[in-house]
Amino acid sequence: MPVEIFKEKYTGKVQEVVLGATKEEGGTRAYTVKLGGSSALPFLQFEGESARPVIAMEVWDIKPNWHECFEPYIGDVWEDPVAWAQKLEQEYGAEVIYLTLKGADPERENPKSADDCAKLVKKILENTKAPLMVEGCGNYEKDNEVLQAVAEAAAGENIALGMAEKDNYRSIAAACMMGKHCIIARSPVDINIMKQLNIMILDMGVPADKIINDPLASGLGYGIEYSYSIMERARYGALVGDKMMAFPIVCLAGQEAWRAKEAVAPDDAGPGWGDQKTRGIMWEAMTAAALIQGGADIVLLRHPEAAKLIKEHIEDLMVPNTY
Amino acid sequence: MGLTGLQIFKLLPKTNCKECGFPTCLAFAMSLASGKANLSQCPYVSDEAKQALEEATAPPMRLIKIGAGEKVLEIGDEQVLFRHDKTFYHPTGIFIEVSDNLSEDELKAKVDEINELVFERVGERYEVDGVAIKNDSGNADTFKKAVETVAGKTDKVLILLTEDPAVMEAAASVVADRKPLLYAATGDNYEQMVEVAKKFQAPLAVRGKNLSDLADLVEKIVGLGYRELVLDSGERQTSKVLADLTQIRRQAIKKRFRPFGYPTITFTTEEDPMKEALQAQVYVSKYGSIVVMKNTSKPALLTLFTWRRNVYTDPQKPIAVQPGIYAIGDVTPDSPVYITTNFSLTFYTVQTEIEATRIPSYLIAFDTDGLSVLTAWAGGKFIGEEIGPWLKESEINQKVNHRKIIIPGGVAAIKGKLEELSGWEVIVGPREASGITAFAKMRLGA
Ligand code: SF4
Repeated sequence: MPVEIFKEKYTGKVQEVVLGATKEEGGTRAYTVKLGGSSALPFLQFEGESARPVIAMEVWDIKPNWHECFEPYIGDVWEDPVAWAQKLEQEYGAEVIYLTLKGADPERENPKSADDCAKLVKKILENTKAPLMVEGCGNYEKDNEVLQAVAEAAAGENIALGMAEKDNYRSIAAACMMGKHCIIARSPVDINIMKQLNIMILDMGVPADKIINDPLASGLGYGIEYSYSIMERARYGALVGDKMMAFPIVCLAGQEAWRAKEAVAPDDAGPGWGDQKTRGIMWEAMTAAALIQGGADIVLLRHPEAAKLIKEHIEDLMVPNTY
Repeated sequence: MGLTGLQIFKLLPKTNCKECGFPTCLAFAMSLASGKANLSQCPYVSDEAKQALEEATAPPMRLIKIGAGEKVLEIGDEQVLFRHDKTFYHPTGIFIEVSDNLSEDELKAKVDEINELVFERVGERYEVDGVAIKNDSGNADTFKKAVETVAGKTDKVLILLTEDPAVMEAAASVVADRKPLLYAATGDNYEQMVEVAKKFQAPLAVRGKNLSDLADLVEKIVGLGYRELVLDSGERQTSKVLADLTQIRRQAIKKRFRPFGYPTITFTTEEDPMKEALQAQVYVSKYGSIVVMKNTSKPALLTLFTWRRNVYTDPQKPIAVQPGIYAIGDVTPDSPVYITTNFSLTFYTVQTEIEATRIPSYLIAFDTDGLSVLTAWAGGKFIGEEIGPWLKESEINQKVNHRKIIIPGGVAAIKGKLEELSGWEVIVGPREASGITAFAKMRLGA
């Protein structure tokens, strides 16, 4: 007796957002990446399309204060964001470069100016092939200035700009519309705020195929289950036709994972903890893998070994499973 | 999802003979529906009705117990596909496989290693659930001996892996009182395997060649009168296992397809311990009731156990600590005062970091219904307007002789309102709990 395969019939799908622009499209990227577009739950290809999650990797404009176990991998480039970005795409398999403009924070000594930031973005674009995402320093006032300058400098490249939150989305949305870029809209682990913010950004005139959502996902062991469930609900909502839950989701897995004590504490710091290096990499990889299982469309990773593990893990999950 | 009282009533004799102890058949039916009576109280119910009632009142997925005494692993009896619909009840059992090709000493060393896989974090303790012993040698005596050796070294739950019913019977006889899971009944051996399982009243894993074959096999085994089953579709590739596990769970819950109404068992295939943990993560996330692994890497397993803990946390209960004022160390009226939310994870993280500063301090767990700092802030529960009036009247005013409160850096924006409404001076602390030590050094002279 053959078992009849149970397929859900969905009416909606996740919004497809393209990141980057090739020469023909008015930019200089060697390729573009497609985020979202799924018409099934994560990796259930037997009932629809499940988009391959994309791997983005993190570059800072200043030397990062990361754990010493990063040194052997990026210690030679972490004071040069351009070389760093190149190394990520050439050696570590980054499909997207994610630049965080920490150095622009006015609370730092000698903060970088909007002009400095725009020049850096230009230089990274000139020297890399991958699509780019750019996050400001987090200071709303300063980011207004910085992201506008970045949007201008990157005109035509279809980059993504963030973080647009409830209280600062207007200026970022305007900069994105001016430069025809994508916007990253962040809501703090709350599905209703996420929907509201999407509505407000659409109201500003940002096209639906230019919006990416950041649900401020938590790391493994520290509230990740809330994020996981919110993402599962959002994906299900998208499939049953709620367009305000249907934007592709970016998860900043690396930075969340490396906040955890378990990732950075020295060898054998706690019962059963084992060596720090494997533990840190695994903490990041497990965070990312869980979030991908919850429905992340793009994950931001830090450690090259974690990125490698996740890349292979995604390959395994993308093996066709239609019956 | 049982029957209603009225549906049950239709199946009763309707003679109102009162022998069940209820005044009418209807009264009895209503009590049955709410689980307060037992069908056996009515001597006149027909066999046909009995079967229909049992079928209808059985849970969509059977609860299976493996092990005996103190160490029992309960799996199955899940009711939803998404944890946000209710909760997941029985965490995936994590087992480590050992081969009977190992010498006695090697085997003992391996089991010692497995016993030592104990993980502690945020005040919780995780350990490996059990050991799966595999009959790689093909020899009955070797297997029996290996099972004896393992059983002698650990009180963890056992799985016996062999497809030869005679080998299984010999090995199971030495650990019968431990109620091991017998793996596996297949199309070739199921009749004899069921006999062995019945003899020892041990749960039996059933492996099909695919979903259809599995369903057929389960029906045959149920036909032989055995229902203590655990399912394996036979698939081993990650994405295909994910699809099969999803089908089994969906069909059991949404279609009440009886042959799939049992827990499942999965096996990892990745050799590398890190990749293996990620593969196991998929099965922990999506409907695997047991995962059998090979590696014993602590850092890899620590992350897997942490994920299992997270995904099996009941989403209906915010994990909160009692709101209030907590003293950390030998506090004095000069001790600094910190405030955070009563979300337990936030609270414990902050508490640990404050302990590490070695400065006796007060920590206020403010009542945010168990929400974390940013979520509570966004939801208007951790803002000046809420904290200010509370702080003004709080007992902390009698406990310390200063009026300075340290707030999380992520909510620096509440400073003005909080100062205005409480009369306290607000010091903006670090954004992350991990920054507390450095903060205390700079600002409090730790
Ligand atoms: S014993 Fe059975 S037949 Fe008699 S009253 Fe009770 S339910 Fe009705």
